[in-house]
Amino acid sequence: MNRRASSKNVGVVIVSHSSKVAEGAADMVRQMVGDAVPLAFTGGNADGGLGTDVAAILAAIDRAWTPAGVVILVDLGGAETNSEMAVEMLDDKRRSHVAVCNAPIVEGAVIAATEASGGSPLATVKRTAEELSPQ
Amino acid sequence: MTVSETPVIASALLTNEVGLHARPAVKLTQLAKSFGATVELALEPDGPWVDAKSPVRIMRVKAPKGALLLFRAWGGDADAAVGALVDLVERRFDEDAGEEADRA
Repeated sequence: MNRRASSKNVGVVIVSHSSKVAEGAADMVRQMVGDAVPLAFTGGNADGGLGTDVAAILAAIDRAWTPAGVVILVDLGGAETNSEMAVEMLDDKRRSHVAVCNAPIVEGAVIAATEASGGSPLATVKRTAEELSPQ
Repeated sequence: MTVSETPVIASALLTNEVGLHARPAVKLTQLAKSFGATVELALEPDGPWVDAKSPVRIMRVKAPKGALLLFRAWGGDADAAVGALVDLVERRFDEDAGEEADRA
């Protein structure tokens, strides 16, 4: 396995209730961390209002997918439960390679991407993002 | 880790305006991760020394402009790692060119 190839780095998915928050957080990741990590974001419900959408989360996981797996950063309650629902809908093979992080969405996304850009495995990326949470 | 070995040690003065803030910390940890060596950073020789590959820990150092960053490293490419990190700090993380152009 060539750990330097970006397609082998863990991907990052940002799930917010707001498409603007999701897009802004993704912008920060791209500017601060660069392009070495697959990145996807989704925000808002199917009607274009505030909320999250399981199908859109599944599509985002698909866009950021790599063999190394994907971490998901979420904001409030519904984003987390819908992300967990999306993970449950994945096939068995993929499900074990996805982790929802207990971390602040913006900082967590930047930190997770930074860790992932160095080729770290899924568990390390998740743990590093979660180091941000209040101790 | 072969901590019993003598580490490669170097220092660099932090001169960029924002100090070791989020973006410089990301660049520093990304560069540190590109080496196999164990690399640590501290503000004092007595420590605390933190893992230079951990973005969270590097941001928590909150090193301000004017701080002297100390690096130490062990392992095969320790020399190269410390050299590259010192170079990054001394280049002000490649960020000042834009800022100065803005001010001009």
